[in-house]
Amino acid sequence: MSLTQKIIFTLNGKPVQADAQVTASALELLRGAFELGGTKLACGEGECGACTIIVDGRSRNSCLLPAVDLDGREVLTVEGLWSEDGIDPVQQAFIDEGAIQCGFCTPGMIMQTKYLLSKNPRMTPEEIERGLEGNVCRCTGYKKIISAVAAASAVAAE
Amino acid sequence: MDKIIEKQSLIGKRVTKLDAPDKAVARTRYINDMVLPRMLFGKILRTDRVHAHIVSIDASAAEALPGVAAVITAKDTPGGKIGVLRDNPPLKTDTVRCIRDEIAAVAADSEEICDEAIRLIKVEYDDLPTVFDCTEALAAGAPIIHEDCPDNIAMEQNFEHGDMAAGEAASDYIVEGEYNVHYVAHCNMGVSCTLADYDTDGRVTIYTQTQYPFNVKMDIAPSLGVHPGDVRIIQPPVGGAFGSKLDVYPYEPICVFLAKKTRRPVKLIYSREEEFIASPTRQPVEFKIRAGMKKDGTLTFRDCDSLLNNGGYTSWGATTPYVTMRTMTSHYTVPNVKYRARAVYTNNPFAGSFRGYGNVQATWALETHMDKMAETIGMDPVAFRLKNANPPNEITPQGSNLGCIDLTGCIKQAAERSDFLNKWHENNKGWDSSERFRRGIGIATSLHNAGGAKIHKSDGCGTMLKMDDYARVTIITGGSEIGQGLDTVLAQLVSEELGVPMRDVTIINNDSALRPWDVGVHASRTTYIAGNSAIRVARKAREQILKAAASHTNMTHEMLDLRQGYVVQAESGLALMPLDKILRQMHFAGEDAELVMATDYYEPPSEPEDKDHMGDMSAAYSHAAHVAEIVVDTKLGAITVEKIWSAQDVGRVINPVGLEGQIEGGIAMGLGYALSEELKIVEGKVLNPSFRDYHVMTAPEMPEFDLTFIETGDAEGPAGAKGIAELPTIVIAPAIGNALYNATGVRIDHPPLTPEKVARAIAEKNGRL
Repeated sequence: MSLTQKIIFTLNGKPVQADAQVTASALELLRGAFELGGTKLACGEGECGACTIIVDGRSRNSCLLPAVDLDGREVLTVEGLWSEDGIDPVQQAFIDEGAIQCGFCTPGMIMQTKYLLSKNPRMTPEEIERGLEGNVCRCTGYKKIISAVAAASAVAAE
Repeated sequence: MDKIIEKQSLIGKRVTKLDAPDKAVARTRYINDMVLPRMLFGKILRTDRVHAHIVSIDASAAEALPGVAAVITAKDTPGGKIGVLRDNPPLKTDTVRCIRDEIAAVAADSEEICDEAIRLIKVEYDDLPTVFDCTEALAAGAPIIHEDCPDNIAMEQNFEHGDMAAGEAASDYIVEGEYNVHYVAHCNMGVSCTLADYDTDGRVTIYTQTQYPFNVKMDIAPSLGVHPGDVRIIQPPVGGAFGSKLDVYPYEPICVFLAKKTRRPVKLIYSREEEFIASPTRQPVEFKIRAGMKKDGTLTFRDCDSLLNNGGYTSWGATTPYVTMRTMTSHYTVPNVKYRARAVYTNNPFAGSFRGYGNVQATWALETHMDKMAETIGMDPVAFRLKNANPPNEITPQGSNLGCIDLTGCIKQAAERSDFLNKWHENNKGWDSSERFRRGIGIATSLHNAGGAKIHKSDGCGTMLKMDDYARVTIITGGSEIGQGLDTVLAQLVSEELGVPMRDVTIINNDSALRPWDVGVHASRTTYIAGNSAIRVARKAREQILKAAASHTNMTHEMLDLRQGYVVQAESGLALMPLDKILRQMHFAGEDAELVMATDYYEPPSEPEDKDHMGDMSAAYSHAAHVAEIVVDTKLGAITVEKIWSAQDVGRVINPVGLEGQIEGGIAMGLGYALSEELKIVEGKVLNPSFRDYHVMTAPEMPEFDLTFIETGDAEGPAGAKGIAELPTIVIAPAIGNALYNATGVRIDHPPLTPEKVARAIAEKNGRL
């Protein structure tokens, strides 16, 4: 027995619709029906940031967000950053700075960075560190991630 | 016009990781993302008791639930047990021994149906007496955890060298200490996951996160009742591993049995809570150390006795003493040494392997103890360590030749760059000050294997190479990529030998049906062993190409070189012909046709330990020294790590980006061990199975780093490199503990140094508690 609700929203720039289970999270909907596997399930409790997406310009833990709440909203996932025009400067910065090891936290880190830069394209190192506090990485020790955000910040500020 | 191509080396250059672009744009499909056609989901019912007889299991309601394809219990898993001592049945038959024990499993159309079915299974238990403490488990009359092991000692290791009595007699001072190190979790970002798929002829394909593919075939097959040759291991990209995936764990055979029963692919994936409760931990240890020295600081003897809480079953945690022993017997020159370790069964969860293996634990105990010894004779911690530093080529009590090490250089670099002594003396003066925030500086070092570890008869790695008509290179390696960067290192080393761009080298490393044998990602061995094999196979291909090219010239193949996609004259750099052209000429040469294909199996010049623990088990050894500068809030107990200086013998830098990443990430993990991470286990139950209650380091908590790479140039290592990945995690924690003492005069022998513990210890010292 599962109740569903029809929702219509903008996903990575394109209008989409879905029959969302009322008990499902946005994460489950994106990974399931839309096959957007870049949004990662790592804790399911809003504690690690691996499932970070941007909804109406705000960064959200998609594991805590009901899927039906996406109705009428503008949703950006990591898959929306790579287009024919090339990859996003934030993605490029993560590659160039060596900020990726196992890469499981990377999509969440990149989406959080996109959000932070949209709010403040000229972050201080302290602002970067605080902005990433909710995103756990077990591989890198964060230094190269922080460098990547700083590098992307320099690009964004231009 | 003649084209001249100078020799350009990639070794030591900052190189981007090959897997980074796909990971950045989310093209990488991790095992956790995998879906196979007709795939079912699997879920495990675990016990809620820590020691009990299983009286009955009633799965009838679960079996009747729509969407459930199969429910299995021990009667469906007739194969053998798993684990180091083969003491762990995948599904428990009549007894549960720890909280994570597997009772039954379900395969169903969705995870939700699995959860519902699991709730419908009824289990009746008869509780048994419990024991959680090692000493209590060793006492007469203690509950017996495994009937065939009445003393509860799962494993024991003993080693003695020299004359302990003479060592004691020669000592002016003897220092004793006890150090209890705790349970911590790997916290891989990608939770445990496996997929199993059966074919019509009884062969099974297992998609797994293993770091140990060829041993998994061997270790899992008996539990499945199949031949190891009929097990195919595929390793999709994983979200971290850090040693957690060396042993076979019950969920893997359980998933295979679900696939066997349903004849459909089954995917079994943990929740984060399950990951905390049911994954192997780092091995907790209770150490007792007694060590002597002369007045001038010369070490005379060291005696270490340790108890390991083995939990209900024996996984790799019980074998960590093999590594702990090396540190306790061989770190610093000690003429007389004795070591004993006993792994004791209890009703706690069990431990596995974890980056640094038993050396994180050993180094915490030993380097805290070394600071206490230095203080006893009024020496500073740097001078005391330098006094006893192992010299190059020392033969250790266990028979290792330490080779081209530079412990002295590591200590001096870390101390000089951090201005250690000035700060240390200054901080020591202020213990009684009323300042709330006190500054402290501490140092620690360690020794680790850096050229593999021959824990089996072979520590080798195989590699196959082929080149196509376009001079694209494919390397099929036994070495595994788990995010640490092996693919990049191999491409760099092969590119160097063959004069082709790195992007033209494809690495294949994820399928046991394709790749040659290797002994897995552990012991900081992969760059060293797989790297050497890749260099050797590339040199074979290179010779084949240059010989073919030489036949078109009046030169010998030794006079030619491969650079930037050309065959060139080595001395002048004169380009003779494009590489792809000579490859096509070799290929389409009628009766003389040849393809460039080569194979290699590299066996490092190391030897397995004998039954007395003697043997030069690694092809190389290395050290690191860490200095940590901290600020302690003496009121609230919070430690802020401001800066860490690391000086590590890396042999030679191949790719600074990968090297820095390993050191920074390793230190972050060690900082968690020192400061915040602890899996709280009370009466066998895990109390904090979430990231909310189990705190791993976050970005704002990271200190500034000053990394020094000491290049000793290992004669055997690939381009001179040594294995580097574990030392950063091993060394940092005691440097923090020693800095806390320098700041406050308070020593905490049992990590982690949480604010609560630190504040309490300071208050006690000041007579406020």
